[in-house]
Amino acid sequence: MDVFDTFLNMAVLKRSLPMLLDGLWLTLQLGAASIVAGLVLGLVVALLRLYAVAPVRILMRIYIDIFRSIPLLVLLIVVYYALPFVGLRLTAFVSAMTALTLVSGAYTAEIFRAGIEAIPNGQFEASAALGLSHRHTMFDVILPQAVRIVIPPLTNNSINVVKDTALASVVAMPDLLKQATQAQALAANPTPLIGAALIYLAFLWPLVLLVSYLERHFNSGRRR
Amino acid sequence: MSTVSIRALNKFYGTFQALRGIDLEIAKGEVVCVIGPSGSGKSTLIRCINRLEEFSRDSAILVDGIPVVAGRSLAKVRAEVGMVFQNFNLFPHLTVRENVMLAPRRVRGTSRAEAANHANALLARVGIAEQADKYPEKLSGGQQQRVAIARALAMEPQVLLFDEPTSALDPEMVGEVLDVMKALAGTGVTMIVVTHEMGFARQVADRVIFMDGGEVIETGPPEQVLGAPREQRTQNFLSAVLNH
Repeated sequence: MDVFDTFLNMAVLKRSLPMLLDGLWLTLQLGAASIVAGLVLGLVVALLRLYAVAPVRILMRIYIDIFRSIPLLVLLIVVYYALPFVGLRLTAFVSAMTALTLVSGAYTAEIFRAGIEAIPNGQFEASAALGLSHRHTMFDVILPQAVRIVIPPLTNNSINVVKDTALASVVAMPDLLKQATQAQALAANPTPLIGAALIYLAFLWPLVLLVSYLERHFNSGRRR
Repeated sequence: MSTVSIRALNKFYGTFQALRGIDLEIAKGEVVCVIGPSGSGKSTLIRCINRLEEFSRDSAILVDGIPVVAGRSLAKVRAEVGMVFQNFNLFPHLTVRENVMLAPRRVRGTSRAEAANHANALLARVGIAEQADKYPEKLSGGQQQRVAIARALAMEPQVLLFDEPTSALDPEMVGEVLDVMKALAGTGVTMIVVTHEMGFARQVADRVIFMDGGEVIETGPPEQVLGAPREQRTQNFLSAVLNH
């Protein structure tokens, strides 16, 4: 009745749905692009952090620590509002993707590092004794085993990236949240916000369940 | 010319000296068993031969005339030197056949079909052809170690190093692994075996080396070192091993 008219007004929801879906599409693009870029960045950083010459290792540590410490919102605002003062003007999408990737890359690097370090030393020794190069040792022996270990935490990190895309609305990117707030203003009714929240839930809840499943699956599979 | 030539080998862990000036010449096709109490440096010694352990700069090891030094030539040495570990160290994410195929494909560039054929032949030779498509964890310890031997053989090495290959096995599986190793001895491959299996050393070895405290104490044919040891430390070790 009154509550439904206010918070779940079907007429408003129907009118604002195209806007929400536009926003959702952008949110998913931003999330997917940042997740993929963060994975690649994280893997490279993890390998450099473990195996590069000492100065590079230290640089990678500093990178990881900085981007795990800085609040994402602060980073995003710096990228979008401060960089133009040095002549670097990025679009809202690129700013958001840059900030998300830099932070996700730092977390991903730590996840990969933990995964690689969990592989028994005997695997490295057996590879070395066979004459495998560093590259083949990594890509044929170590990483395929490490990936099994890191899939649950990586999935978890990916959920965080998708959730954090909502911050892009502060740099005026018309993502799901931004579209919802605009639709709310147009309709003078909060139903689009509820709709956006439900859409986020519909996408992320299954992923959360997936993480739980993966954690159980990989734990039972590996322990004997 | 010796297949493995070890000259004045010193190895330090910090200030602790694990190997003290070891000199050894091992001929092509020779089967050498290295025995000695734990901590005597015998595993460290064979791990230096393929440089899984670094060693002092003033020492030299040559395999087939190639110096075992860090850098490009090390891959060449490692391709010529196979190793079998105490804990097998099979690749758990690959099937038995893939374990055997990996190094020939990646290091020698062998085609998939050729590597698979060779792997099948090697697995048949160690008596586990029917397990080729299984993953290592499905195999018994003895079977896993035989796969590890096949994997080392796949590179057709000149030298095979065995680092206590039966020490992690249940007693009933020791025999099947030793049988495979006996069959290998006499095929022309040089074998250096760190072991506590005195029966194997007596039967198969051309030469037995007794180590203690990072030094070679006594070396000679098995009937002499095991049967009539000259050194007191060898006698003490053997009586401790044999009378329990």
